[in-house]
Amino acid sequence: MKQIRIVITGIGLTAPNGNSLAEFRQNLLTGVSGITTIEVRYMGRHPAGMCTFDPLKYQKKKDVRIGTRVGGISIYCAREALADSGVDLATRDKSRVGIYLGVTEHGNVETENEVYNISQFKYDTKFWSHHHNPRTVANNAAGEVSLNLGITGPAYTIGAACAAGNVGLIHAAQMLRLGEVDLALAGGVSESPQTFGIFAGFKSQNALAAHEDPKKASRPFDEARNGIVISEGGCIYTIERLEDAQARGAKIYGEIAGYHVNSDATDYVLPNPERQAECVRKAIANAGMTIEDIDLINTHATSTPQGDIQECVAIAEVFKGRSSPPHINNTKGFIGHTMGAAGALELAGNLPSFDDLIIHPTINVDNLDHQCNIPGLVINQPKKAARVDVILNNSFGMLGINSTLIIKRFVA
Amino acid sequence: MTKEDCQKLVIDIIADIAPDEDLSAIKPEIRLRDQLQLDSMDFLDIVMELRKRHGIEVPEADYSHLASLESCAEYLTPKFPTKA
Repeated sequence: MKQIRIVITGIGLTAPNGNSLAEFRQNLLTGVSGITTIEVRYMGRHPAGMCTFDPLKYQKKKDVRIGTRVGGISIYCAREALADSGVDLATRDKSRVGIYLGVTEHGNVETENEVYNISQFKYDTKFWSHHHNPRTVANNAAGEVSLNLGITGPAYTIGAACAAGNVGLIHAAQMLRLGEVDLALAGGVSESPQTFGIFAGFKSQNALAAHEDPKKASRPFDEARNGIVISEGGCIYTIERLEDAQARGAKIYGEIAGYHVNSDATDYVLPNPERQAECVRKAIANAGMTIEDIDLINTHATSTPQGDIQECVAIAEVFKGRSSPPHINNTKGFIGHTMGAAGALELAGNLPSFDDLIIHPTINVDNLDHQCNIPGLVINQPKKAARVDVILNNSFGMLGINSTLIIKRFVA
Repeated sequence: MTKEDCQKLVIDIIADIAPDEDLSAIKPEIRLRDQLQLDSMDFLDIVMELRKRHGIEVPEADYSHLASLESCAEYLTPKFPTKA
């Protein structure tokens, strides 16, 4: 059966180092980190990645007050993506638009805030906000977008730990192929730095980054890396069936060529390189490609001592028979780990490579860990490539979820 | 606490709950919902803020007293502690 082709036609994003694709890309090419330090409740200052978009660009003050941070991030990204795509929602059947947003977690921020709030009133629950439930339902991020844009089609989030950004896009492609919707707003979002629980959890796990210079705290593949920098962010794409995009003369960023999602089924937190390798292999097969076709790999590596090595083991294993290595990079040195947004956001930072043939580097590698020294790694300086026709994007998450998404240059 | 003072405290709360609204020309005798974009959740916010800021409880049966600034002042002023 002939596969329905799915293409990316618009991008809206906010990252700790950029509030548009152009700004984000420029900073990835010039080595600009967006990591700063923030005051974490009960824990003091820690490195984190915070976004600087203007929430009032697309929301009223009251909506910002009632809604959640991730709702605001989602609305900003969705509106920016729509503007970029040239789609005029006023001319569309809004019941045929789907909103599919990946999230690592949701509700921690809002619950912690309420517990703190009632702690100021001797834990009397009559001071607990009536906004708590709409703020903490798992579909909050997508629901706030539907409210803001008046979209009446399916709008929900997809919980997939830190693989969620990829999975949001994959799910949207599937819904478009099934004919459930005609246009999808899809990607991933995160508000995680607002919750102390995630910082405390990673710290107790010995997986929270620490460095006197916050811009050096996230350092995938470096020998001295010591953990994750928690960041917020969002990236939402408009994606469409190719024939619909062509019919309206849309700009096309790339085509979804293939994907795979699987599970380790081995541990709550520790990755499993065997299953990661299987995920990458199956995505390549799903795209109808071979390892020779992959030009650029965006790694998930989060700057933890073990996780980075495990992914390198998986990639080396999959690509070991290749004549020359693909280019390999990582985005988290610039922006930290944007959790549910990571897959979608990191992909966006690499899509311009189709046009400029430049591979942005992974930064903060002062001493490359020899166990991460895989062929093709682009370190500290951007590199000109002879060819970038296919990008492979890895995103993995807790409870052993793995996702690989492959985007290819659009050729009619 | 005068009724005018009480109206001012209610306006202070509304300013936080409905920050997009212009409250400069609000008419005390007109229903708040007829001159401002306020919904039922906003009124719950007003009730919550009265509880938090001033220790005043407004039972659900009395919500109708919060309809206008005038009715708010009429109902709420006696609930504020009188100065010794």
